[in-house]
Amino acid sequence: MSELQRLRDAFRTALDLPADAPVDDLRYQDNEKWDSLAHMSLVAAIEDEFSVMIDTDDVIGMSSFDEAVRILGKYGVDVK
Amino acid sequence: MSVALVTGASRGIGRATAHRLAEQGYDLVLHGHGGAGAAEAAESLAAKFGVTAVSAAGDIADPGTSKALVRLAFETFKRLDVLVINAGTHAAGMLGMTDDATIERLFAVNAAGAAYTLQNAVRLLARAPQASVVLTASITGTHGVAGQAVYAASKAAVVGLTRSAAKELGPRGVRVNAVAPGFIATDMLDTLDEAGRAERVAGTALGRLGTAEDVADVIAFLVSDQARFVTGQVIGVDGGLTL
Repeated sequence: MSELQRLRDAFRTALDLPADAPVDDLRYQDNEKWDSLAHMSLVAAIEDEFSVMIDTDDVIGMSSFDEAVRILGKYGVDVK
Repeated sequence: MSVALVTGASRGIGRATAHRLAEQGYDLVLHGHGGAGAAEAAESLAAKFGVTAVSAAGDIADPGTSKALVRLAFETFKRLDVLVINAGTHAAGMLGMTDDATIERLFAVNAAGAAYTLQNAVRLLARAPQASVVLTASITGTHGVAGQAVYAASKAAVVGLTRSAAKELGPRGVRVNAVAPGFIATDMLDTLDEAGRAERVAGTALGRLGTAEDVADVIAFLVSDQARFVTGQVIGVDGGLTL
């Protein structure tokens, strides 16, 4: 499975979205399921999936799916 | 194997706590302000109890220190079950005789340092099946002591952090408690004069100073499964000083 698909699945699982829900355009708090509590679950799910530890500044800055892709790049995960 | 991170583990309460946890089979990540004490503790406890122990040094007032500690736990063990936030500094002095630098340092280490450590560790902790945090507060922070107002205020911040974090992290399966030591025979007590020490001992129901092991045993209980329904509590370990 590609890194992109793994990230999409992490979003869907952590935010309790349907398996086929589009997530590439998601933005923090635009979707009712992506609130501050869900955000911590989402970060944990991404960390688990890619075996990384994300710094607090990046946790706070992870405001969209695109931003998650960019941040993961900082930790050596090339999401394509 | 469960993993515990202990800050301020070079000596005193932190060192005694690391010893108790190693005795119980925990792998360890130990922190000290200077490198030598924590590194020596890690080496000694690993040899004595057959656990894996690693260490790192740094000023806990710098958020980068706790960030590096959690990263060390992640890279070495991939997990964290127990966090003991013990690193602290002490300074006594009448309110009107306490300079700006002392006030800033007390809050930077005792209050901000504790918050940084908990903040940086919480996501890794939340992945553990039964995670537990214990912070070292102080009876000064719960009851107040003349001549230690600023230190007491910095430890009162630890109490607030403990209770709020317990509420916030409980739903994620993380228990958060604190110990509030009374007068413990550690290096920190050196800042009190002899008359002050004698006065404190005289006010203690059990008639003695506490030991680091007295506190470590309570911390070991709080992180254990025996305390599985205990969270948000500040447990006095003071020999009856606050009665």
